[in-house]
Amino acid sequence: MRTVPGTAWLLLAVVAATVAVSAAAAAATRCPAAGCGQDPARASLTGVYLGQAAVAVLAVLAVGGEYSTGMIRVTLAAMPRRGAVLTAKAAVVTGLVLAAGAVAVLGSVLAGRLILPGHGFTPAHGFAALSLGGAPVLRAAAGSVLYLALIGLLSLGAAVAVRDSAVAVGAVLGLLYLFPVVAAVVHDPQWHRHLEQLAPMTAGLDIQATTGLRALPLTPWQGLGVLAAWAAAALLAGGLLLRLRDA
Amino acid sequence: MSAPTMTPSRQAARAGRGSFADALRAEWTKFRTVRGWVIGMTVAALLTVLLGWLAAEGSNFSCQTPAGPCHLVHPVGPGGEAVTDAFYFVHRPLARAGSITARVTSLTGLLPAVSPGGRIRAGQGPQAGLHPGLEPWSKGGIIVKAGTRQGAAYAAMMVTARHGVRMQYDFTGDIAGLPGTATAASPRWLRLTRAGDTITGYDSADGRHWTEVGTVTLAGLPATVQAGLFATSPAASVTTAQGLVGMSDTGGPTLATTVLDDVAVRGAPPGPWAASQIGGGPSAADPVQGGRYRRSGGTFTVTGSGDIAPEPPGGAGSGQDIAQTLAGAFAGLIAAVVVAVMFVTAEYRRGLIRTTFAASPHRGRVLAAKAVVIGAVTFAAGLIAAVVAVPLNSHLLRAHGGYLYPVPALTQARLMAGTAAMLAVAAVLALALGAAIRRSAVAVTVVIVAIVLPYLVAVTNVLPVGAGQWLLRLAPAAAFAVQQTIPDYPQVSNVCTAAGGCYPLAPWAGFAVLCAWAAAALALAAFLLRRRDA
Repeated sequence: MRTVPGTAWLLLAVVAATVAVSAAAAAATRCPAAGCGQDPARASLTGVYLGQAAVAVLAVLAVGGEYSTGMIRVTLAAMPRRGAVLTAKAAVVTGLVLAAGAVAVLGSVLAGRLILPGHGFTPAHGFAALSLGGAPVLRAAAGSVLYLALIGLLSLGAAVAVRDSAVAVGAVLGLLYLFPVVAAVVHDPQWHRHLEQLAPMTAGLDIQATTGLRALPLTPWQGLGVLAAWAAAALLAGGLLLRLRDA
Repeated sequence: MSAPTMTPSRQAARAGRGSFADALRAEWTKFRTVRGWVIGMTVAALLTVLLGWLAAEGSNFSCQTPAGPCHLVHPVGPGGEAVTDAFYFVHRPLARAGSITARVTSLTGLLPAVSPGGRIRAGQGPQAGLHPGLEPWSKGGIIVKAGTRQGAAYAAMMVTARHGVRMQYDFTGDIAGLPGTATAASPRWLRLTRAGDTITGYDSADGRHWTEVGTVTLAGLPATVQAGLFATSPAASVTTAQGLVGMSDTGGPTLATTVLDDVAVRGAPPGPWAASQIGGGPSAADPVQGGRYRRSGGTFTVTGSGDIAPEPPGGAGSGQDIAQTLAGAFAGLIAAVVVAVMFVTAEYRRGLIRTTFAASPHRGRVLAAKAVVIGAVTFAAGLIAAVVAVPLNSHLLRAHGGYLYPVPALTQARLMAGTAAMLAVAAVLALALGAAIRRSAVAVTVVIVAIVLPYLVAVTNVLPVGAGQWLLRLAPAAAFAVQQTIPDYPQVSNVCTAAGGCYPLAPWAGFAVLCAWAAAALALAAFLLRRRDA
């Protein structure tokens, strides 16, 4: 993976996209008065919405690239235990995404810390400066890094299962982005809630909430758990298909 | 590029063989014979229909009051559009020729109290928790209306809180008159004259010099109409929390009180003034406070609540936007984008592109042929899906107790054709980026991020409204404006959000933004194809 030229660029893209969008979102958020209902941690971590797309590409290309060139046959010939191949790939992807995600999230929190106090997020309005010292903010930041890693695993599983990078990345992004769109037009409150609990992105990003926790359909860690379940299911499906099929 | 080394006759033969029609036929054959692509495009159409169907199935609009199920009244204006028609009306009959004149000396009102958190405090009584103030479009003045039925044709001259004197008619019409609001020191004289179906509005700052504001024709006015005084004030809306949970609009009824004197009606048979509350009551879709009027000598004090205006997109009304039936277009879009990218990257992967370019050395022509094929196929698939999805899912929404705002047939046609065209141009954009980037996963991601993500971010209010609006002006996602079915009228206070089906650009202007992106991507792809080796 180290020798594929795209990897470094994609890791850079993860960091750049996350930090840039986070900073832009922080710059666009205003809190005119006390109790404005804004969540400063969430606003300064908005970039994860875009960063996850780069993570998905990275993870999909980790296997999709091998399938498209036929390299996978060489890999599997060298490592006949296919489960071990998948585990190794998952470990490498997770490590890379955790590293890039940590840098991206730290950059976003730093941008939020610098920008938000100028936009009304002041102690007078009930907001302390964004700091990783506070338990909720630390949970939001660390959770966002884990979120990105889980997106990586989900994409990896999907790529192994469908064996084509374009289809895999389309399926992953569809899974992530479509749930909220459908949820927005469902009017039955119960269905709406279920959709928000099931959706990998909506539930997973509950981890970023630091205010209004009671209004959330899931607690932050439960939400991340939902995404972990999706990722596990994708990896399991990918692993099973890898074992059963010819390369 | 290459110097002409062939003899003229061979060149002519080559031009004939490699014509655009041949390239087109070759690309169509390629598309048709790859099973995965045909399946992908079918999936795109199916997803478009099915997701809207699921959303409709998962919706439930039953309306319950303590007294049992209720039946909301949804008034429709003379133009066929959904309207709000709620006000307090002090009126007399008016014959075919006549006029009404009045002087407005005051417009005041009551607003619900807003707590620091942005919530409107629930009142205990009809007046509890209200404080003085006006909504920008609180209004009072004189009106000539075909009858007291909600949605009946009308023309009115009014003083508004923030928008000066206006002449408004048949809900959608709005003409500006004198600026400023009315006070005892600076009153406003208003006049409406009727001659058959023609109503002319005048205003004056001194009662002597009159200026014509506008003349309108209300087709089919009955011989006797109702003319009189009115006051109304739209519900307050406060934008609160943001985040994936969605924005909540907490509305509360407001009241406007206007004081009129020097009231003169010509062409009315002698008789007393009647008073009617138009709209409101248990069957009203919007909360309305009770109105009233008081008369002392020649001075009328009229208090009313509600609005006389078209229903805005995403407004407080309880109806649904028909564009929701096409919510599945996103899924269709993603599937179409994947197919379009593979349509070109698959050739690179297999090395087939070298054969293609050897057979048809004009690379720009190959790209154009591919763009035409993928655009046409996607348009056809999208159009079939839209033509099935809109009637089917509207029927389902109605069956679940929903009320869909009436939309003219032409707008429905634009919704369906526009959605199909949006899918087609998005597929062309994906194809061009696929040719430029040559890595399918990256190309698919770039297109999805450029089209779906901005819409998603705007629709779920992850970003503040202003930032989301700019994204929907500049990003390819602007094309979703073709799905706006209800116009955003300036005479209604409304937060224009994509969640409410309201876009910052006009439908075809938004579509043009996507076309511009696709054209730029095609130009880039053509340039890179010519420069690079295959």
